Amino acid sequence: MSPSAIHEETSVVDGVHYHQYDIVIVGAGGAGMRAAIEAGPGAKTAVISKLYPTRSHTGAAQGGMAAALANVEEDSWEWHTFDTVKGGDYLVDQDAAEILAKEAIDAVIDLENMGLPFNRTPEGKIDQRRFGGHTRDHGKAPVRRACYAADRTGHMILQTLYQNCVKHGIEFYNEYYALDLVMTEVDGVDKPSGVVAYDLATGELHVFQAKAVIFATGGFGKIYKTTSNAHTLTGDGVGIIWRKGLPLEDMEFFQFHPTGLAGLGILLTEGARGEGAILRNASGERFMERYAPTIKDLAPRDIVARCMVKEVAEGRGAGPHKDYVYLDCTHLGAEVLETKLPDITEFARTYLGVDPVYEPVPVMPTAHYAMGGIPTNNDAEVLSDNDTVVPGLYAAGECACVSVHGSNRLGTNSLLDINVFGKRAGRNAVEYVKTVDFTPLPENPASFVTGLLDTMRGSNGTERVAALRKELQDEMDKGAQVFRTDETLAHVTNVIAGLRERYRNVAVQDKGKRFNTDLLEAIELGFLLDLAEVVVFSARNRKESRGGHMREDYPDRDDANYMQHTMAYLTGDAHSSHAEDHIKLDWKPVRVTRYQPMERKY
Amino acid sequence: MSTATLEADAPAPEIEAPKPFTVTFIIRRFDPDTDAEARWQDFDVEMYATDRILDALHKIKWEQDGSLTFRRSCAHGVCGSDAMRINGRNRLACKTLIKDLDITKPIYIEAIKGLPLEKDLIVDMEPFFQSFREVQPFLQSATAPEPGKERVQSVAQRAIFDDTTKCILCAACTSSCPVFWTDGQYFGPAAIVNAHRFIFDSRDDQAKVRLDILNDQEGVWRCRTTFNCTEACPRGIEVTKAIAEVKQAVMRGRA
Repeated sequence: MSPSAIHEETSVVDGVHYHQYDIVIVGAGGAGMRAAIEAGPGAKTAVISKLYPTRSHTGAAQGGMAAALANVEEDSWEWHTFDTVKGGDYLVDQDAAEILAKEAIDAVIDLENMGLPFNRTPEGKIDQRRFGGHTRDHGKAPVRRACYAADRTGHMILQTLYQNCVKHGIEFYNEYYALDLVMTEVDGVDKPSGVVAYDLATGELHVFQAKAVIFATGGFGKIYKTTSNAHTLTGDGVGIIWRKGLPLEDMEFFQFHPTGLAGLGILLTEGARGEGAILRNASGERFMERYAPTIKDLAPRDIVARCMVKEVAEGRGAGPHKDYVYLDCTHLGAEVLETKLPDITEFARTYLGVDPVYEPVPVMPTAHYAMGGIPTNNDAEVLSDNDTVVPGLYAAGECACVSVHGSNRLGTNSLLDINVFGKRAGRNAVEYVKTVDFTPLPENPASFVTGLLDTMRGSNGTERVAALRKELQDEMDKGAQVFRTDETLAHVTNVIAGLRERYRNVAVQDKGKRFNTDLLEAIELGFLLDLAEVVVFSARNRKESRGGHMREDYPDRDDANYMQHTMAYLTGDAHSSHAEDHIKLDWKPVRVTRYQPMERKY
Repeated sequence: MSTATLEADAPAPEIEAPKPFTVTFIIRRFDPDTDAEARWQDFDVEMYATDRILDALHKIKWEQDGSLTFRRSCAHGVCGSDAMRINGRNRLACKTLIKDLDITKPIYIEAIKGLPLEKDLIVDMEPFFQSFREVQPFLQSATAPEPGKERVQSVAQRAIFDDTTKCILCAACTSSCPVFWTDGQYFGPAAIVNAHRFIFDSRDDQAKVRLDILNDQEGVWRCRTTFNCTEACPRGIEVTKAIAEVKQAVMRGRA
């Protein structure tokens, strides 16, 4: 039953390796592996991942996965849909949210049946706990909807999916870094014909010809300095799609998770507040009571993050520099912390030397999740404009924008998203590849990547990757974080333009072929610069405040003008330094089914 | 960081910013394209007490020598990428703080042992994952669950295998095991931990198959109970205890 690591290979031409699979999945996190479990048994499938699958950042998710199982109290998928729409400040496509909430129940059961060790109720059913923004009967009170495994739910999902990929003998290409999507025009329609990947171990290029390609490449939190995201979350997949001239949706909406360890950004789950932890300012006040009187500390993340920043800005921050607030878990008791929140308890002890059993933990918001990304329809098919499908191209998970999260994602809806839409992507790709032949590859399909790598490796420029990346991250934290204004965004725009100029003069020190992570970081920086630019350009254009996008100069939501998705397109000279020379923005209507926009109060 | 308190607004005391200090790292380097064998290289780095070893490696790579090569991803001890030997002990670089090491002496860093060295701190993980796959690390049950329902499992049944579900497959345990160093065929602690996770899961009914696999001459009986694995585990899994439980199950012929 154990698959071997030896892969079938069709040929080697001019040092480039060629493979052929019906379906190629890029990314081996939750969405990619959930797609693979669906695709593998039905079609010849390969998963390409820049990491070993179990290193993917799904494994860092902590608190839970939402589903209205109603195992511990009354609940319904309709309430879950409403919470998702309201949580996303009405920028959610409501038919998609309904799919998410309805299919959540099967998604959780699927995982349990695959072996996931959820925490249990005294009756032996899957236990559930409270989480931000998830409520009973349209906002009346918090509801227990998050299915969880201690504070390691993401770890258990990643392990369970990988275990089941092993069971199904899914073929993985580990530490293969996808650098290009090959598109071929057939009868006037651009279709994916393959993926070009760089084998980190050897430095050689591999072309994977495919009938269908699924992008499941995760987020790009590394455009920010303070982030819960892994070093490897550099947005390569989203960047590849962007460079192909396909649009990106709602990129201005980035989620800042309220409870990052102060100064470090390491995530402390919202599940802590779900279990009863309280945010306090320097004087010990439970300040969320003032801002969200009904659900208090369990308000959605965008609201809590803003309140925390406001408390600090108004001088009520704690610590020697008054620059953070406290997450107080001390009343929960050692047993709850050790059994339901063991990992975050350990993180606070290890990284801050603070024991949450006895002391409140210093926290501040940390860049956490991209609501925007590659636009897809509800079948996970990638769109080339507001409604035209790119046949055979799919995206799922954080890299995609369905949009089920609108302008602010609710906690536990991302582990749900990867399972529901990962499954849909895999299933739909299997059906698709039954109906089509391979699209021919162009001549020299790897030539773009060869050029990219040769230029970078051969550069004798004077700029260093780390210095440019640090400047980008510092400036994004200063100008495009929880609060933004036209002035701060204009400043970051200029910084990015300068960095893009300097990036052309970047050189790497490691000129070798094997495990050249120096080269890899240089390529990743290119994607970070591209995506940060789209984030800032889209943010400047949205002159309202909604969900995760808070404009101090336009503090109100403006449904008359902005209740629509941003669609950003790369046009003109992609290498021009100034965003306005190569980014065009358009709008896409929000799909409203059940819920008319209302004022968002908690 | 000083002890946080919730007392009323005291004026912020003038506190001195923490000062960095120089730490010497001696790192075992190996580039297969240019080196006949591995060599040690020193680096002096400005560090703060609360910095992690991973921060030191990044500072070296980003400011001194871009060719220094290592794996890392999450940087807070959950992805399992950066297990390495730090002063002779297997640890995660992102979970080892400078303040917890004796910096009056140089800090030695090298790749984990027992797996083929690829470059600097990177080893070939494939033999490790091969052992993992061989123990059938996935739930198997002859009885299908009721459609649309979870399998029932009591809190107590769930607790029996909780410890071994924490494994992040970083290989710190397996590559700290003297038996594994001398006999690369041995399944190693991590594979046994992952077998344990399913052998003792009440929903699984294929314990016997895994116990047979681990009753092999390269299975659990190679363990000499040196506890290196337990000491090395960054997740605090009682690895040696799990191995002992599997040994007992092999003797019983069931979980």
